[in-house]
Amino acid sequence: MLRLPNFTLLQPQTLSEALALLAVDPHNTAILAGGTDLLPNMKRRQQTPRRLISLRHVSELHKLAVSDAEIRIGGAVRLRAIEDAPIIAEEALALRQAVSQIATVHIRGTATLGGNLCLDTRCDYYNQSEPWRQAIGYCKKKDGDICWVATSSPRCLAVSSTDAAPALMALDAKVQLRSVRGDRELSLSDLYHNDGIHYLTKRPDELLTQVRIPRRPGLRSAYWKLRRRGAFDFPLLGVAVAVQLDEEGLVRDARLALGAVSSQPILVEEAGKRLIGQELTNDQIDEVADAAYSLAKPMDHADMSLSYRKGMVRSLVRSALREVRGDDIAADRQRLMRMLG
Amino acid sequence: MKQPISLIVNGERHDTLCTPNLTLLEVLRENLQLTGTKHGCELGECGACAVLLGEEPVLSCLVLAMECDGLPITTVEGMKRGAELHPLQAAFADHGAAQCGYCTPGILVTAKALLDRNPSPTRTEVREALSGNLCRCTGYLQIFEAVEAAAGILREEKQ
Amino acid sequence: MSQRPLHIIGKARRRVDGRAKVSGETRFADDLILPRMLFCRLLRSPLPHARIVSIDVSRAQALPGVHLVLTGADLPTTFGILPVSQDEHALCLDKVRFVGDPVAAVIAQTELLAEEALALINVKYEPLTTIASPEEALAQSEPRIHDYGDSGNIHKSVAMSFGSVEQGFAEADHIFDDTFSYAGNTHLPLETHAAVAALDPDGKLTIWSSTQTPHYVHRSIAKVLALPPSRVRVIATPQGGGFGGKTDPFNHEIVICKAALVTGRPVKICLSREEVFYCHRGRHPVLMRLRCGVKQDGTLTALHLQTLLDGGAYGSYGVASTFYTGALQTVTYHLPSYRFEGCRVFTNKPPCGPKRGHGTVQPRFGQEVQLDKIAVALGLDPAELRLRIVEKPGALTANFLKIRTIGLAECIRSVVRRSGWADKHRKLPYGRGVGIACSSYLSGAGMPIYYNDMAHSGVQLKLDRSGLVTAFCGAAEVGQGSDDVLCASVAEVLGVEIADVKVVTGDTDLSPVDLGSYSSRVTLMMGNAAIQAAERARELVAGPVAAKLGVPVEQLVFSHGRVFPAAAPETGMSFREAVIIAEAVHGTLGTTGSYKPPKPAALFKGGGVGPSPTYSYTAAVIEVEVDPDTGWLHIEKIWIAHDIGRALNPTLTRGQVEGSVYMGLGEALMEEQAFRRLPPKLSGALVHRTPSILEYKSLTSLEMPDIDTELIEDPDPSGPFGGKEVGQGPLLPIMPALANAIFDAVGVRIDEVPITPEKILKGLANLQAGKPARVGPKGFPTVPYPEPLQVPTPWQGGDGRAVNDAVRSKDKRAKNV
Repeated sequence: MLRLPNFTLLQPQTLSEALALLAVDPHNTAILAGGTDLLPNMKRRQQTPRRLISLRHVSELHKLAVSDAEIRIGGAVRLRAIEDAPIIAEEALALRQAVSQIATVHIRGTATLGGNLCLDTRCDYYNQSEPWRQAIGYCKKKDGDICWVATSSPRCLAVSSTDAAPALMALDAKVQLRSVRGDRELSLSDLYHNDGIHYLTKRPDELLTQVRIPRRPGLRSAYWKLRRRGAFDFPLLGVAVAVQLDEEGLVRDARLALGAVSSQPILVEEAGKRLIGQELTNDQIDEVADAAYSLAKPMDHADMSLSYRKGMVRSLVRSALREVRGDDIAADRQRLMRMLG
Repeated sequence: MKQPISLIVNGERHDTLCTPNLTLLEVLRENLQLTGTKHGCELGECGACAVLLGEEPVLSCLVLAMECDGLPITTVEGMKRGAELHPLQAAFADHGAAQCGYCTPGILVTAKALLDRNPSPTRTEVREALSGNLCRCTGYLQIFEAVEAAAGILREEKQ
Repeated sequence: MSQRPLHIIGKARRRVDGRAKVSGETRFADDLILPRMLFCRLLRSPLPHARIVSIDVSRAQALPGVHLVLTGADLPTTFGILPVSQDEHALCLDKVRFVGDPVAAVIAQTELLAEEALALINVKYEPLTTIASPEEALAQSEPRIHDYGDSGNIHKSVAMSFGSVEQGFAEADHIFDDTFSYAGNTHLPLETHAAVAALDPDGKLTIWSSTQTPHYVHRSIAKVLALPPSRVRVIATPQGGGFGGKTDPFNHEIVICKAALVTGRPVKICLSREEVFYCHRGRHPVLMRLRCGVKQDGTLTALHLQTLLDGGAYGSYGVASTFYTGALQTVTYHLPSYRFEGCRVFTNKPPCGPKRGHGTVQPRFGQEVQLDKIAVALGLDPAELRLRIVEKPGALTANFLKIRTIGLAECIRSVVRRSGWADKHRKLPYGRGVGIACSSYLSGAGMPIYYNDMAHSGVQLKLDRSGLVTAFCGAAEVGQGSDDVLCASVAEVLGVEIADVKVVTGDTDLSPVDLGSYSSRVTLMMGNAAIQAAERARELVAGPVAAKLGVPVEQLVFSHGRVFPAAAPETGMSFREAVIIAEAVHGTLGTTGSYKPPKPAALFKGGGVGPSPTYSYTAAVIEVEVDPDTGWLHIEKIWIAHDIGRALNPTLTRGQVEGSVYMGLGEALMEEQAFRRLPPKLSGALVHRTPSILEYKSLTSLEMPDIDTELIEDPDPSGPFGGKEVGQGPLLPIMPALANAIFDAVGVRIDEVPITPEKILKGLANLQAGKPARVGPKGFPTVPYPEPLQVPTPWQGGDGRAVNDAVRSKDKRAKNV
């Protein structure tokens, strides 16, 4: 049986207690939110924190609240709770679609939103046991100095694999980071760096405490995910869109984000520029799909070939935009994602 | 340093000593010798170690035992009603839903959580609810049928 | 005894071990906890090919809590499943042959401690050139991965010719020449291999292990540890899935036995999921070329099959696997002439071996896709083409395989009818299609793994005054339901309830030898042995009862727990009372039964692989939808018909069919044992790409389509109650039926497994570019096959011997390979 190494477990009861504990030795401390990514990584010795701070009892972080202006989701709210919240299905469908496709039923009952947003970047050369990594001479992300994905790469190319982030980027969400030094709020795109190792701008002593999603009447959103199977698998591509249409069917606002095509989720700025004030015609959709395609840089470090994954950017962007336009493509969604209901 | 914890497993309180690095899976199987809960990867990739934490199916390989202090846990051993099989267990045995039986405990508790929440699931809902439990023997179809048959019996029991 | 209808056999029923499996009470190997138990972990090679220069275990040994460290020098004797490839060491002695090859073992107080101690072992290696592929193995005879085998890195190369294919091709109107490739994949049983070894109070060694072949494990342990087999006891625990992955004796089993002997304490090992990928013994990657001669009406005139198998680093079942790639082409469709050439090479990867359908799956894919191409070219319906050429019952094939019953035509008609084939094939709109394929499989290998004249399966019965019948048999319960078959067979013959029979299985101390759960042999062989033992017990009881009742023995009926004269049931007695009468007359009651397959007709070298008491047959139709934009596949439905002879327990047999379909579909769509080779200048590593259950993709409940199963029941006289195999055959038609359905849907030929969306898009792109709409191997390499054995066919007056085998012609006895 794979077993965890020894560590100290800290179980604060309040947020301030948690932040104080985190401030003590942040570089050797990991946050145990759901633990569904952290614990496997620790079992494989990819991550070797000496202290774990559990958020299980920090009730401030477990709240999902709605005000007139926004939906506020605590960092430790479990994915299942988001999946089951009617307000998310009604007003932030992309997030529901993204969250309900994360991993499995069981993992969603344990994993948290903050955990998914801070999910460690992934790579076939990195998500391996210690002996396996020894067999390749390790890699840049852990214990080595070379990136096997592209041996001349100056940086680690591990891929951002969060489903929630692109959805929340499309929904124009913000995240709150707190530490004993103070609070700050970032737009979701600013939470990430395009670097497989330093993929978060969050400082080690900061805790992702809350996600804030603005409520926008009439907003239509969708998340399309590429993966081999309808459960378990991390995204090989995630496409999230959110579009507001006016009475004439012209685009008032549009945001498109891609996941799993680089070390950070990518906001496709071109989409907004091209679509605002326009009708969502097939030609417009194709142009946006082309723009997204050119931004995507999948690498050979995950399931399915990278040329296929890149090619699928066009297909999924088209599908997502057609879906928010109101085309009935439920059957396509069901076939591709084995998404039921 | 070992610390005392209390787990409420299948309605019984178990006091045991554990270190922070022990998962619920290890404590159930090794401290409490409740070996009905299985393990196939210990990384959250197969579903064999599923147990109920409260009402929720979770993977015992990815939950620290110390995080479960004082919480109610249901394992396959807790499903039987005295000497009688739970209707889900009986249906699994009768419908060929258990071949090698190794994925069965995890699937049974997951199916129990489903039926507790949704007494009349559609085939689609059954598929979805069990999509985190891999089975290498059956091809799943007899498992679906067993869950549906048990759902019928449980509904009759309630009436 | 008077005949009566069957009471238990043929009726859907809860399996005898069903209750334990659903209550969590089935004790798998890792569930065993013994007092003072120690834990073992193995240090595995980080290099794909290297000489071991030195091993320093002193630091690990010194760690408090570590009880023992073992290295290759402690277990120098070789072992292996086949007598001809005793090429494994429990721990590598002088060299390592793949990343994952075990080098040392630590036995410690806890598993975590054993794991941590592994890091303290210092092994110095001298790297050797890595052989990564069959092409490299053929091109580089040095360095040799093993110092045995046919030559260089060729493990085994075989060739045999039945009749004249040259003449067959000359008579053909068309010759089809196709190459196919089949990727390697693995069993992925949900239970990882586990075992516990301990010394009995009397000093004998016992090992509980999740093995499909306790008998062969018994032999290997006795051999390596140089112990009399009588002092070694192997107990096969119920397994959490095997599928062929637990049919070899394994390093870890031998290591913990040694450790138990040295420490005097129980020692447990439970492999990690990653280690199971290194044990492997899964499906060989096979490159195939099939040249087939056909007449205008579809009649086959000749088949020339060439195979090239990537064997990985050890022999395992590989020699048998090689022969199996050429064995069963003849049992489905009549082939007047046939030539087979097969070659297995060593590479620095985990060893391949037997997985469900052992060796026959890959060429079956090629053969059935080629038949589809033939049908298209001849303008024939592919179902009709197959019906025209189905082999006849009772036939002796070109390669001397004896067909008994053959329900293949019924299977084809069944799936054609139920799927609405006539309205769908070539008639569905673009993007949707149907495909058909057939297959056959052994109901048990005709020859044992090591040559001997003894029975393949033995059953012993004990009856006593309690009325309980205890059945003992060495068969291993993998999950397939062998305990249920044993119990039901005995209960049926003796006319008692299932609950009145207890089974004791898979224990080499207690139960008579059964060769193991492989080659779909258990139901047929153990079943026949069980019937024989039960019939003998019935006679033993019937005599005294008939005497007591004053009726002729022939008039007695054993039914519903009673023994009575057919004409006057009310004058009879309970089975228990009958046993009491018999026990008073005979003393202690016990019987035995045994089964040995009929002698094969094939007497040529290699003819030991392929013969079986009888063959099962299957046909399947798959309906698929292909999205031409994404290459995404959606399986609408699968119709399957399986000629099973008789379904002993329809609930279980349906489960075997559906489980086979599931596993076949997984192979067809996504399962692949893939490797990565890093640039030699930088690392040279050759590693399993993703040895995890997450990245080795298997179907979830969401991908599983509906299956419509029909069992074709025409009892076969060779099977118990007429039953034939069901555990493997239904897997085989799935991959080719899917490939054929995709062709029907979008006009693209995928001549490779797995069939992925990428490949479909590639095929569609080829089609658009005006190139052949095919994705598959470009060609077949030159393989130095030997001069073929020339075996005249039965219709040429052949006697099953080769005319050009000087050695064999002197030796009249057919030996196993």
